[in-house]
Amino acid sequence: MSDNNAPGLIGSSGDSLREAFGKALTGLAPEFPKLVVLDADIAGGTGVHHFRKAYPERLIQFGIAEQNMMAAAGGLAAVGMLPVVTGFACFLERAYEQARLSIGYARRNAKIVASHPGLDVGPDGGSAQALEDIAAFRAIPGMTVISPADPIETALATRAILEFDGPVYMRTGRSAATRLFGDDHVFEIGKGQIIRHGHDVTLVACGVEVARALEAAEILESVEIDARVVNMPTIKPIDTELLKRCARETGAIVTAEDHNIYGGLGSAVAEAVTKTHPCPIEFVGVIDSFGTSGEPDELANHFEISAPFIAEAAKRAVARKRGLQ
Amino acid sequence: MTIATPIARRAIQTVADGVDLETQIADAARFTRRHTIASIYRAGSGHPGGALSCADILACLFGAELNIWPSEPEDRFRDRFVLSKGHACPALYAVGAYHGFCDKHEALSLRRLGSPFQGHPHVRDLPWVETSTGSLGQGFSVALGMALGMKLQKIRARAYALLGDGELQEGEVWEAAMCAAHHKLDNLCAIIDYNKLQSDAPNEVIMRLEPLADKWRAFGWTVFEIDGHNLPEILSTLHLAASTHERPSVLIAHTVKGKGVPYMEGSAAWHGSVKLTRQQAEEALTALGTEPEEIKELLDV
Repeated sequence: MSDNNAPGLIGSSGDSLREAFGKALTGLAPEFPKLVVLDADIAGGTGVHHFRKAYPERLIQFGIAEQNMMAAAGGLAAVGMLPVVTGFACFLERAYEQARLSIGYARRNAKIVASHPGLDVGPDGGSAQALEDIAAFRAIPGMTVISPADPIETALATRAILEFDGPVYMRTGRSAATRLFGDDHVFEIGKGQIIRHGHDVTLVACGVEVARALEAAEILESVEIDARVVNMPTIKPIDTELLKRCARETGAIVTAEDHNIYGGLGSAVAEAVTKTHPCPIEFVGVIDSFGTSGEPDELANHFEISAPFIAEAAKRAVARKRGLQ
Repeated sequence: MTIATPIARRAIQTVADGVDLETQIADAARFTRRHTIASIYRAGSGHPGGALSCADILACLFGAELNIWPSEPEDRFRDRFVLSKGHACPALYAVGAYHGFCDKHEALSLRRLGSPFQGHPHVRDLPWVETSTGSLGQGFSVALGMALGMKLQKIRARAYALLGDGELQEGEVWEAAMCAAHHKLDNLCAIIDYNKLQSDAPNEVIMRLEPLADKWRAFGWTVFEIDGHNLPEILSTLHLAASTHERPSVLIAHTVKGKGVPYMEGSAAWHGSVKLTRQQAEEALTALGTEPEEIKELLDV
């Protein structure tokens, strides 16, 4: 258990997660000779333009036709290639059934990497903001689901999914990301990390919400609530042991995600703890709604997933916990 | 190793058996149809119409065209065959059983709990079916991915996909058609089981496909139109299709739905999923030239 992965770089801006992914993939290419990247005319947006520049012969163009691209990845994997399907999260959802049958059911070693998830997409608006992708892909048996929090973690996760044998869905992100972790950061599929110690409540977050959860913990300090923050980059399989421990030690949990509150991180956390360590849980996420145009931070406030709302949820969770005691 | 080795091996085997190839394929097709009827009868459900219409095509592919052999299922240089019209799998299981990819008797356990012979093919249950199908359009894309992957690895084997005609109404098929031509996948061969009938009614009523050959040509494919029940024509066209250069090939095989069973022929009602009564199954098997003794053996559970 890596307890002391303290964030030292809060607030400094870094690459967007999609850029971090594209660069990492390019750097890793020599180590994975079977790696091919599948693109639906959107390489400039998903970060894999770096890969295309370095390895044009390993970037397979499918045109704007995601269904064929997704199922073809199953075929490429079947003959021994290591395909990475790339696209915007909302458009890859269009090929959900192909991911289900030709990758998930056939249990192919194919990776699906989606840029532009959640409200983080910003001005492109509601049509482009996938707020249901984690729920959808999490429901495919055997599908690992990952949402890294910062550029460093994204690069580590990129290596991890290439080394991992099995189907994976990974979110990156469109907007400039806050750098949270140092170069010594560790990423392991299926493992969460306590990145801030605390005893009153645990804030569990993934993706862009990790930075906001850390900010919320600072807000809570001013009202003398000692919040623990857990970075949970793997939503499936979720780190049940860590969550049980947090439930036991802090007695209250808040989940935070840039996703519908139905079926995503919050649901996964609740499923993990309720059976053996039930405790008050508050869910921060988009409440069964589509997004709209705006800058990511404006949208986070508008849809109540920014730090102050996480802090408010934490106060409610702590109050519920004290009511039980 | 190149694909030449298995061809030679098969030729030697055929000569040794002393049976003419076409006779052997006709026998395989007959076995496939009988086994299809028996397994669907035993299962109490299934899709006989579209399985019977493609039995001759499957018999030709497995009997002479595909470089695959049961003893080496993992050979990376093997050809890949995908039954994109997954609902016709009773015929696939039957032809596979005929050629030793699975046990003939076990393959009669179609659609049963615990049986690897599911209602649609699943690669994790039966590796030799190559991929899981049952959602129309996907198998074609998977075969395209296989063709692409083999090209990238300089493997000279071919990928084949057998599609239904109703399946061509899926947009994904045309995404794949465009993609295969763009990437010059001359190692990809599509075969259309064009029996003109889909689940509810004729294609013409549900959603018109014609002019079908023109569509494929316009998408950049080399098109062959054949009688999908004429064994020499199927065999020679598959051979011809393998010689296209930088273009994928498609065989539009004109077939009869329910072929071989008079009361099913040309009727959408037998698309399925349907339950066959004992009497219907016996009548079908008799029409397929099955001896009474063998009928009993096939149908008695």
